[in-house]
Amino acid sequence: MSSLEIIILLPLLAALAVGLGAPARATSLTAALVNLVWVIALAVKYQPGEMGELAYVHKRIILENPALALGVGADGVSLIMALLTVVVTVAAIWQTVDKPAMYYVASLLISAGALGAFLSTDLFFIYAFHELALIPTFLMIALHGRAEKEKRLAVAWKTTIYLGAGSLVLLAGLAWLVLEYSQAGKMEFDLTALRAMAQNSPISADKQAWIYLVLLIGFGTLVSLFPFHSWAAPAYATAPTPVAMLHAGVLKKFGLYGLLRIALPLLPQGALTPWIMKLLLAALLGNILVIGLVTINQKRLDDMLANSSVMHMGYIFLGLAAGTEIALKGSVLLMFGHGISIALLFALCGRMRNQLGTLEMDRLGGLGSHAPLLMLVFGFGAFASIGLPGLANFAGEIMVFLGSFANGNEWTTFHVAQGLTPLHWTVVAALWGVVISAVYMLRAFRKIFQGSANSGLFMSDPSSSQSVPLVGMAAVLLVVGCAPSLLLSLMNGPLAVVAAAVAR
Amino acid sequence: MIVAALSAGPSFPLVPNVLLLLPLMVALVVLIGSRLTRKADGFFQLLSVGSAAVCFIASCILLGVSREQAPVDMFPFLVIDEGKTLNIWIAAILDRQSAGMMFIVTLIGLLVQVFSLAYMKDDDAKPRYFGALSLFMFSMTGIVLAENLVMMFIFWELVGLSSYLLIGHWFQKPAAADASKKAFITNRIGDFGFMIGILLLFGANHGNVSFIDLQESVSEGTLKVLAQTQPWFMTAAVLCLFMGAVGKSAQLPLHVWLPDAMEGPTPVSALIHAATMVAAGVYMMVRISFLVATTHTAAMWIAGVGGVTALMAALMATQQNDIKRILAYSTLSQLGYMVMAVGLVAMGGHGHGEVAEGHPAMFHLYTHAFFKALLFLGSGAVIYACHHEQDIWKMGGLSQHMKGTTVTFAIGTAALMGVPWITSGFYSKEGILIVAWNECKVLFTIGAVTAALTAFYMTRLFVVAFLGKPRSDNAKHAMDVGFLMMLPLLVLAALSLVSGFPMVADGLKAMMPKGHHAGGTAVLAISLVALIVGVGLGWVLYKGKDKDPLKISLFANKFYIDEIYAVLVKVFQDGLAWVVTGLERLVADGIVARLPTMLATWVGARARALQGGHLQSYTLLLGAGLLLAIYLIVFVLPGAAGVGH
Repeated sequence: MSSLEIIILLPLLAALAVGLGAPARATSLTAALVNLVWVIALAVKYQPGEMGELAYVHKRIILENPALALGVGADGVSLIMALLTVVVTVAAIWQTVDKPAMYYVASLLISAGALGAFLSTDLFFIYAFHELALIPTFLMIALHGRAEKEKRLAVAWKTTIYLGAGSLVLLAGLAWLVLEYSQAGKMEFDLTALRAMAQNSPISADKQAWIYLVLLIGFGTLVSLFPFHSWAAPAYATAPTPVAMLHAGVLKKFGLYGLLRIALPLLPQGALTPWIMKLLLAALLGNILVIGLVTINQKRLDDMLANSSVMHMGYIFLGLAAGTEIALKGSVLLMFGHGISIALLFALCGRMRNQLGTLEMDRLGGLGSHAPLLMLVFGFGAFASIGLPGLANFAGEIMVFLGSFANGNEWTTFHVAQGLTPLHWTVVAALWGVVISAVYMLRAFRKIFQGSANSGLFMSDPSSSQSVPLVGMAAVLLVVGCAPSLLLSLMNGPLAVVAAAVAR
Repeated sequence: MIVAALSAGPSFPLVPNVLLLLPLMVALVVLIGSRLTRKADGFFQLLSVGSAAVCFIASCILLGVSREQAPVDMFPFLVIDEGKTLNIWIAAILDRQSAGMMFIVTLIGLLVQVFSLAYMKDDDAKPRYFGALSLFMFSMTGIVLAENLVMMFIFWELVGLSSYLLIGHWFQKPAAADASKKAFITNRIGDFGFMIGILLLFGANHGNVSFIDLQESVSEGTLKVLAQTQPWFMTAAVLCLFMGAVGKSAQLPLHVWLPDAMEGPTPVSALIHAATMVAAGVYMMVRISFLVATTHTAAMWIAGVGGVTALMAALMATQQNDIKRILAYSTLSQLGYMVMAVGLVAMGGHGHGEVAEGHPAMFHLYTHAFFKALLFLGSGAVIYACHHEQDIWKMGGLSQHMKGTTVTFAIGTAALMGVPWITSGFYSKEGILIVAWNECKVLFTIGAVTAALTAFYMTRLFVVAFLGKPRSDNAKHAMDVGFLMMLPLLVLAALSLVSGFPMVADGLKAMMPKGHHAGGTAVLAISLVALIVGVGLGWVLYKGKDKDPLKISLFANKFYIDEIYAVLVKVFQDGLAWVVTGLERLVADGIVARLPTMLATWVGARARALQGGHLQSYTLLLGAGLLLAIYLIVFVLPGAAGVGH
């Protein structure tokens, strides 16, 4: 077996073992830690190829025609996503204590599904692994959600229907794509092969546009692209803590990853079609400005974090829309940074819900006096979301902005005489979101941690063992934020190819 | 010997590296270390002060560098394709401007840390305080050494963070917590424009935003062509960048955060909110003065904003009663002078470099840093001696028991008023007024009126707080401060006197404007009249008074700007957020989700009928979905594809 296959299989086996009665926490944590070390080792060893070739490739043929194969392989982008997955998995499992075994099983399954989706090279399995990860998400919201039974069932249904519908649209789009590229009755699912076809014999621009639109809606729903976002906020606010961490932090990035990995390289002209570009820009501004204002209006910490997570997707979409090398790499960095920071914030939020019994921000206050460590790590998460330099998100955000003004394609290249393009105007408007983020994050920080405490609502710092995942995630934000080249150097080859495809 | 070896040899890059990295290391050690052990507070304080001393020595070495150095690359921050695609470095620019500014920052930083040893000795969270001070020194050094616009933006934001941490040092106090939040968010509004400006130049100059290359491009390249063919573009870019300076240097209309920032510990107010950080906006504008000089429109706006800020802040200062707030408004007013000078110099068509290495804004920044830090630390000594009393009307007669503080405060006051020939403030203010006289008589008038107002409110402050009889027990029993607090006052008092003399200013790379300008005599006469009128009025009105004989509520309430903003935030932010939330629910849930919800209810009913339990129905539904997908792809699609061909 290849290393990547083992990485995907390990959490599955651990989940099975826990299901069969193995000690839940020890088993899951061991599996997650082994995966963490292993993925880091693979990332360290990885040498990016000039043309975006995949490393660690392995393929098991399942069917000749349609050419279905369980293929795995990784480049810088998928390694970064895998790193994100394993880091958040360790943190999510570590911070779960005194919970039924199902919590661990669900976390492991989501992790395995996400890893499978990020490391597969075959369209069919990319899709199937993602579906695998969704099922425990729904179940956990329905069974262990943090709300009255009525409400959590309603939320679970809403999430299921939305994501189910999104997945179906996505499936239709992928099927259409595969059909368009199939030659002489031979169906091709392998991404590398499809990419070669897209370069040698691209399909017509008109068709590319329509398929791209379908994929954008499908993937977009999974990433809570405006206006298909309304499942996300209640789902995250209701989901049990490890599920919220894993879904908001990791699994949601699948849609963005898919656009980057499948839609952009295979349908470059579709992505640059003016009316599609304008639709996407309007939608992502909806994420940033509309949901940004909605976030300001939230009264509970969990609702606020959930909405902020929807809002920040807008910036990643902005990078994908710009499509230059700088912007695309910025998007990937931002996916990583956002994943860690939102997982950290949801972990803290879950802790506070357990100890305080309420997340109404107006009722809280002065927690910082008794829980300085909690205040510190919350500060890391909050300031990372705000985009403070030195923490991971900033590097991604500024690359998205700079990339939108860099020479690349007709939307980004800046000709002073012609004024700003719609993309540039979108960046200007999106920058106002940076102010909005500061408003709601600092307001929450002020209300929860500063000032004087309300009677009866105190909480203490976590024990040193329980601090490990929190401090660990804060440290990752700091290290990547100070030296983004650690991750950037992994992406030396692959995205340049995508950007070139988009620019042509 | 050491100076020569360090500045000449290949080891020279050591200096900027020490300046930048040492404070960062110390900040990390102090902040992390103090969490691990609660017993080493004294060690952490000494570490912090010691590193400040080392940085001061390093910046003195920098002063010894006579010729311009090529920028020193320190760390690749965002580099793609070995710089061909994206090339953002953390690198240090070493010239007159950065060397002079480094000296100011490290010297005042060191003095403030020494002062804090005594001032903060009863504080519970000393390591957090000293750690944040070191973090500030790191960030400010980054701004000063910044070699490109993106690097400047990075440290610009970090300075905002350290200011947030230090204003909110006593975060249990609601006023301090609110003030820190207000400061950060107001600065963010300025940074919104700053970032747009950076992006415009990044796009126009093909991804190159280093100051040296931008300057080349302005004198012989893309930007030169642009300035001629598309003048609106340079105006827009410069005004956007200026917006950042408006936030950081607290110019109208984003000035509201600075007076509130006085909730922080007083030494912090001296270092950050008077001498160094708030001057960063001016520093940045002087750095890009070659850009400002390409656009007369933007230069006029900048000069105008500076002038209006100088005047209005001075008016507000005349009616404040809190000693720190009076000084805060005077800081606003003086920063207004500097910003006005930036605009005026550019209106004259000079980029920095053409005016013989001098710039009146930088020169005033330099003298102001010393005397304003002196005044703030002096007010800190007063506040400390009066058991945290800040109302000047509850002081009085302090000169009887606080001789040292009174004398040094008097020197600072004289320098701020610009007492001729013996104080540094006189020389730098003359520099600005002379440019104003030559470029724009309206702004000159504003400058002269502001000078008179400055003399007036500082006389009021000094007479009420230090002379007359004590008006409270705290003031009666005030004792002069100890050696640790007196030492910084003495050093700063000396510098407030001598730093304007050409010899000293040259040695410290102060960028004193050189050369003969028309109108020197007239300007001197008018500023003397302004000084005499201001001091005289203040003396006559306030000598021996127990309460304020003047009541001008418009000034006392700061033109009601804070109140207006509170309403604007309520309506345009919170109100809009409320409306948008309602609409979003209506659209997203009402229309987009209507069909899926109906479908959900329908499926839900079927599923219940089938199974009765929900868990099973979910699993079944999803399992069936997956199977269906596999079936479609494996068996149906090939057929469809075959039909297609």
